[in-house]
Amino acid sequence: MTAPIAGTAVAAVGPDGPAPDVPVATAARSGSGAFADARSRRRYLIVLIALLLVAGGCAYALLAVGNPMPPGSEGFRLIAQMRATSVTTMLIAAFCQATATIAFQTVTANRIITPSLLGFESLYTAIQTTAVYVLGVAGVVAIQGTGQFLLQVAAMVGLSMLLYGWLLRGRYADMQVMLLIGIILGGGLGSISSFMQRLLTPSEFDVLSARLFGSVSNARVEYLPWAIGLAGIAGASIWLSARKLDVLALGRDVCLNVGVDHRRQTLLVLVLVSVLMATSTALVGPMTFFGFLVATLTYQLAGTHAHRLLLPLGVLLGFVVLAGAYLVMDHVFYAGGVVSVIIELVGGTVFLVVLLRKGRL
Amino acid sequence: MIAIDTVRKRYRSADGTVEIGPVTLEIPAGGVTALVGPNGAGKSTLLTMVGRLLGIDEGAIEVAGYDVSRTASKDLAKVLSVLRQENHFITRLTVRQLVGFGRFPHSQGRLTAADEQKISEAIDFLGLQELESRYLDQLSGGQRQRAYVAMVLAQDTEYVLLDEPLNNLDMRHSVQMMRRLHAAAHELGRTIVVVLHDVNFAARYADRIIAMKDGRVVESGPVAEIMDGALLSRVFDTDVQVIDGPDGPLAVYY
Repeated sequence: MTAPIAGTAVAAVGPDGPAPDVPVATAARSGSGAFADARSRRRYLIVLIALLLVAGGCAYALLAVGNPMPPGSEGFRLIAQMRATSVTTMLIAAFCQATATIAFQTVTANRIITPSLLGFESLYTAIQTTAVYVLGVAGVVAIQGTGQFLLQVAAMVGLSMLLYGWLLRGRYADMQVMLLIGIILGGGLGSISSFMQRLLTPSEFDVLSARLFGSVSNARVEYLPWAIGLAGIAGASIWLSARKLDVLALGRDVCLNVGVDHRRQTLLVLVLVSVLMATSTALVGPMTFFGFLVATLTYQLAGTHAHRLLLPLGVLLGFVVLAGAYLVMDHVFYAGGVVSVIIELVGGTVFLVVLLRKGRL
Repeated sequence: MIAIDTVRKRYRSADGTVEIGPVTLEIPAGGVTALVGPNGAGKSTLLTMVGRLLGIDEGAIEVAGYDVSRTASKDLAKVLSVLRQENHFITRLTVRQLVGFGRFPHSQGRLTAADEQKISEAIDFLGLQELESRYLDQLSGGQRQRAYVAMVLAQDTEYVLLDEPLNNLDMRHSVQMMRRLHAAAHELGRTIVVVLHDVNFAARYADRIIAMKDGRVVESGPVAEIMDGALLSRVFDTDVQVIDGPDGPLAVYY
């Protein structure tokens, strides 16, 4: 990634108009690109490098801490290899959630919502619950497998496409209306799921509830190539249109003024967001707060509006949060699996502190 | 030239349909053209339709020979820029970063040295050099308004459409803004169309005035022609007297 030139030195040109008191020549002017000044660029680089180091450290710790074999031995390598599956899963989940949430908040011009509002998680819960409701404990097994994984992704993407249809309808073509319908649909699916859960036997419910916590252990090795493929294509498309996202963040009027087709671009981003969210949800389960937390912290740390810089930082931060939470859960509390609990506890606290200190999102 | 040919736009409101048009109008290239008229006359609607921010129900609008509803938005962005009254967004930007977005049609977000030059020029032109590193949320309404105008000027288009650029500006800054727009039109060769509320600003700094009422153009012509007591009284439904001021005609309606 090339760092953009923050303050290109441009000598002030003489006034063509009646602008008064133009300085004869200014040294480096303020930045017009991604960063306002050299200081924020330096800060971004420091944060990026620090996160890279921490992310690398976390990844190594996940593979090595508690590994019973001596480092460097054949056994160590084998155990690390098995654990690498969960590290990869975390990377995919962090990539999907961070990219999707930042892009979604940009196109909806709202920084306090997450793409979960489109009902991915309620649908996931409904599918899992229905399977257990109809087939009993065997249902949990029945919906595992690559085919079933892909079907779930397809169902979630399908649901969001249905919602996006509202954006294309003449009279009610409105983002807010679409989100509202998404919330209502999600709520409805959630109620149906709770109703079915009431009718389950305690043991069935127990098996089911393990699936309904977002957890890396929900992922299976055979899903990973598909998940990487889906997330890679959708994510790459978003990353490649990063500069257009910068403009989309300025709203419809400015967008059209500078020649970006606002509606088409918004829909494209939304479709890609739903692919990312569906992949992540089908892979690890619901992680409602995670993407939101990562996106919010990313804005605070990055100090830039440029998406080509926000997105990589967000993904790294997501991985650090997720891996850090797993390390704490597995090696401090010995309560692996329910990592969403610690993400929401610590993440929520950090979020509140940042918000209260800075006073803006 | 901006050619507006029997354009209509319908709105549904509580008490039936409101119709703008049919409007047929030609705005020649060069100079400052002011759109005036009472509230709800359709000035801003017409301006945003010319700027392709709002679709047209019937008719056609051509700017410099480009049909605004058919030409790719990307190509049009190099010919025509448009600024609406309200601009509000979540991104935190400095003045210079905002003005930099005006160069998007030319550079697709990869600013070159030439772009930087244009950005600096636009900032200097609006007298914002002291403020260029300030964030927009640290500015007063009037300063922000100037920053947005700098953005559309940096876009370097032949046609510039501004919807009430004097909103939020005090006396001094209103006068400065109009002088700058006048200079942009006459020295930089832009064609500027502005919606104005104050007829006297139009009289002093515009070259032509278009008066709208009830969704139609009722009068249009050079300033001297439109600055007429009886005509303005008719357009605004208020008694207006036109007297000779030190710099040309003045409408008095207080």
